[in-house]
Amino acid sequence: MFAEYSTSELLSIFAMQGVAGLILFSVFVLMALGLAIIFGQMGVINMAHGEFMILGAYVTYLTSNVFSTYLPDLFSIYFILAMILAFLVAGALGAFVEWAMIRHLYHRPLDTLLATWGLSLILQQTYRTVFGPREVGVTLPDWLMGSYQLTETIELPINGLFVMCLALGISLAVALLMYRSRWGIQVRAVVQNRPMAGAVGINTGKVDRVTFALGCGIAGVAGSAFTMIGSTGPTSGQLYIVDTFLVVVFGGASSLIGTIASAFSISQAQSTMEFFMSGSMSKVLTLLFVVLILMLRPQGLFTLKVRR
Amino acid sequence: MNKTMLSTLQTPLQKQRVGMKTWKKCLLTLAASLAFGTVHAADVNTTGLAVTDTTVKVGILHSVTGTMSISETGSVQAEKMAIEQINAMGGVLGRKIEYIQEDGASDWPTFAEKSKKLLVNDKVAAVFGCWTSASRKAVLPIFEQYNGMLYYPTFYEGLEQSPNVIYTGQEATQQIIAGIDWVTKTKGAKSFYLLGSDYIWPRTSNKIARKHIEKLGLKVVGEEYYPLGHTQFNSVINKIKLNKPDVIYAIVVGGSNVAFYKQLKAAGIDMTKEKPLVLTISVTEDEILGIGGENMVGAYAAMKYFQSLPNENNKKFVADFKAMYGKDIVIGDVTQAAYLGPWLWKAAVEKAGSFDIDKVRAASPGIELTTAPEGYVKVHPNHHLWSKTRVGHARADGQYDVVFETKELIEPDPFPKGYQ
Repeated sequence: MFAEYSTSELLSIFAMQGVAGLILFSVFVLMALGLAIIFGQMGVINMAHGEFMILGAYVTYLTSNVFSTYLPDLFSIYFILAMILAFLVAGALGAFVEWAMIRHLYHRPLDTLLATWGLSLILQQTYRTVFGPREVGVTLPDWLMGSYQLTETIELPINGLFVMCLALGISLAVALLMYRSRWGIQVRAVVQNRPMAGAVGINTGKVDRVTFALGCGIAGVAGSAFTMIGSTGPTSGQLYIVDTFLVVVFGGASSLIGTIASAFSISQAQSTMEFFMSGSMSKVLTLLFVVLILMLRPQGLFTLKVRR
Repeated sequence: MNKTMLSTLQTPLQKQRVGMKTWKKCLLTLAASLAFGTVHAADVNTTGLAVTDTTVKVGILHSVTGTMSISETGSVQAEKMAIEQINAMGGVLGRKIEYIQEDGASDWPTFAEKSKKLLVNDKVAAVFGCWTSASRKAVLPIFEQYNGMLYYPTFYEGLEQSPNVIYTGQEATQQIIAGIDWVTKTKGAKSFYLLGSDYIWPRTSNKIARKHIEKLGLKVVGEEYYPLGHTQFNSVINKIKLNKPDVIYAIVVGGSNVAFYKQLKAAGIDMTKEKPLVLTISVTEDEILGIGGENMVGAYAAMKYFQSLPNENNKKFVADFKAMYGKDIVIGDVTQAAYLGPWLWKAAVEKAGSFDIDKVRAASPGIELTTAPEGYVKVHPNHHLWSKTRVGHARADGQYDVVFETKELIEPDPFPKGYQ
């Protein structure tokens, strides 16, 4: 398949393909981080994760409309503000949901699964009622569109680079929060031993609420960023949910490093295979590969050693 | 094989019945209507449909919830508008149309269940509905068992011809062949990259496209399918760059559509430069709403209808549609095809002089609409429509400029020989 191409052409294609893999990796990390925090730290399987992402996307859509109507001069920077708003709105909804629903179900993990699935249906229909069943188009500022011409033959998509930086930034922020902040110590204490953490004076209820809100907030930011590469409609969240669960489960539920490692291996495998065979076939092979590894290592790639 | 099976469905018996009895009935009803001013319900309805002296019930069966509601909303709006306009003109055979709307909820078993409810409990005289082929296939046995009449609006893969369905959208060859001929003749395209979502419509369509391209002596340099809902197209875009086709022939649907065109643009493929040129049969004005006009500008689409068609019928249609649903509404190919359904049914009922399904079916072939927004259409004996193929060039505001239109109406050919 490569016979008729010059070396430089091949090199640039491989370079672009490498970047494509890294972009997919960043997308997976962004999708999965919020879920991994909630699933890993609280053991709650949040089936409404995709809908929190789409909430972020709709917030971005509204912000872009407000800016283009009232503040057209500042349109080029609206996206940054939209992401912050998406984080706050999705986080606030997350905190509310935790207070109203999740906290009553902590001892019944299967029920949280059902409850959050119900929540996802409610949210989908709410979006449909408020924004209509059709997809909405989010206009991007010019600097986020198009590609960056690195050399004559290598072009890098700017929105992809933006997603990469964002994924890196958020991962670092979460890592700092988890391992270098007082709150992170509390979260980890609650994960390891809830009654003992309570006994030493940690307000475990509050820790849970903030963790859930943080996870949902990150989902909101991810959704906001994905308006650059995907669709925004009432059910668009469903497009991401399978891949998200795949990444989190494969990585080992309670480990952030695991999530990142699994996002990396799945994205690289998928994007390399997509290049050499058809998209559907590469998806099948990726899933087979994940199933095989999970059969050998049911706990996922990385696990936290916790005395149960 | 399919063809023989299906043609036996349309029994010779039905064809015979058309002859004598319908004409007698027609004359009788005509005489009756002259004598009594109006036709009594029993005369125009001998099979117990929900027809009274002043009303007739029909069904609308689309998804207004679930993932397909994105696409089906436009069809529901168009069908309701057509019904309202028909009622304003005095209805069908002097009877106002009342519609019963059911929600298929993007779930194929639900479609089957609701269609049974419409036919068995509500005894509707016709159903306007379904969008995906999967939903049509799910309701088909029920329409055939209980002898209902379905008006199906979507362009689809063909390979079907049921006596109980009138297909108001294009079957695959009507959309594909003229489009490819146009792009080879006017743009000098030599090589094609076929791309699609992984299900029956894109696969069948690309099969026809490939056969046609190879018949013309041109080259298909790649053919790819991605799962429905796939959102990452960077790898395939690189592959396209490597293969340097003249034309990307894209049949991506749903949420994937948005991802594909946004990423194509981000990867530095400017469609306005037409290197490569993008030709699609799956992006109507409805889809551009989600994709964003700025991401679609420069692409070409082969359809039978565009909102910007300059004829008088269409100007009125667009104005009426906007008056009813707001000035920002857009109208895609399928929405227009859905709008034809109630009108074609009305014409067939009036030609038959009866609401009876068998008589309406017999009267359907040859029905003409001169008021269709897409221009003149005619029902073929194979229950599809004669229609033109047009090529549109996407503008940044989300509309298409019509740059080509076939001279003649294209004959529907749901079982194209040499393309299977």
